[in-house]
Amino acid sequence: MVKAEKKEQSASTHKIGIYMWIWGLLFVLSFFSYMVDWYNFQGMLRWSLILFFMFLKAGLIMAFFMHLFWERYALVNVLLWPMTAIACFIFLMVAEFEYTLFSRAFYFVVGGGA
Amino acid sequence: MSDPKIEGLQLKPGFKGMSEDTGSDQTMFKGVHWGKAMMWIFLLSDTFVFSCFLISYMKGRGSTLVDWPYPSEVFALHVGGVAVPLLLIAIMTFVLITSSGTMALAVKYGYEKNRKMCGWLVLATALGGLTFVGMQAFEWTKLIEEGVRPWENPFGAAQFGSFFFMITGFHGTHVTIGVIFLFIYAYKVFAGHYENGGKRGWFTTMKGDYVEIEILGLYWHFVDLVWVFIFAFFYLW
Repeated sequence: MVKAEKKEQSASTHKIGIYMWIWGLLFVLSFFSYMVDWYNFQGMLRWSLILFFMFLKAGLIMAFFMHLFWERYALVNVLLWPMTAIACFIFLMVAEFEYTLFSRAFYFVVGGGA
Repeated sequence: MSDPKIEGLQLKPGFKGMSEDTGSDQTMFKGVHWGKAMMWIFLLSDTFVFSCFLISYMKGRGSTLVDWPYPSEVFALHVGGVAVPLLLIAIMTFVLITSSGTMALAVKYGYEKNRKMCGWLVLATALGGLTFVGMQAFEWTKLIEEGVRPWENPFGAAQFGSFFFMITGFHGTHVTIGVIFLFIYAYKVFAGHYENGGKRGWFTTMKGDYVEIEILGLYWHFVDLVWVFIFAFFYLW
């Protein structure tokens, strides 16, 4: 008995060039983010560069190595929208640590106890 | 992957397609292997776990009045008497990205049913992961010898140690589990478990398929993805 060859394939294979490009880009971006530390950039410049390279790398990995760029929107949207909850959590906790920092600084100087 | 339920069905692209997929009375993730969808759901939950760690790190670091240890110096390596900032971390990053690249190619060759190339690339990925874990063990040893503990350290704020060991430890655990599975799947690929219609798996009666390599790949790329964030927030910030 010869099993009929299933005619799947194709959908998930992409040209090797795209992987090589992304691979190379990831190396270059990692090198750049290391350079941010090497040249000792400080303040807003440092933070924005770190975040810029970080999101670019994360986006490339997810889009091409994890194939999200080629997936249907039903899957992509289910995966990406929950990230807004994380963003909300970050904003809440920023407010929280600023308050904690303030009350520590305040009571360390003024002292507790009435 | 072919899904018998959607064969012959014309799927619409974009948001129109999304609303039709979601509203349809069959599978929602059309054309996506169930294992792949489940891995994605798992990775989503893992994203939340790592986010909680990193957010608590942000909260801890932001609310202490004591100066945070300067990562550039704490994680420096001395090469010939000169301190090179973050050298080990940079090498670890490059090793992990390299292994991510070999994994992506392994998935590609798997779908092309190129057994040898797929197997070697999965094996290369496993070795890259093993190298990473080894370097992390070295980093931990070095810091512990320098007196870094979860409750104190000689460099600055006491919280530093607990966040460092928790976050890199949890990530290292993920890498270790990944390495174990990569070795197992390298064996499965070489042994031809995905050839000729697939061989039955160990704990299942279902036949193996190269889609398993893509699912494994998703996990491995996620480990790399988490490292991107740890590298940015813990080591560079």
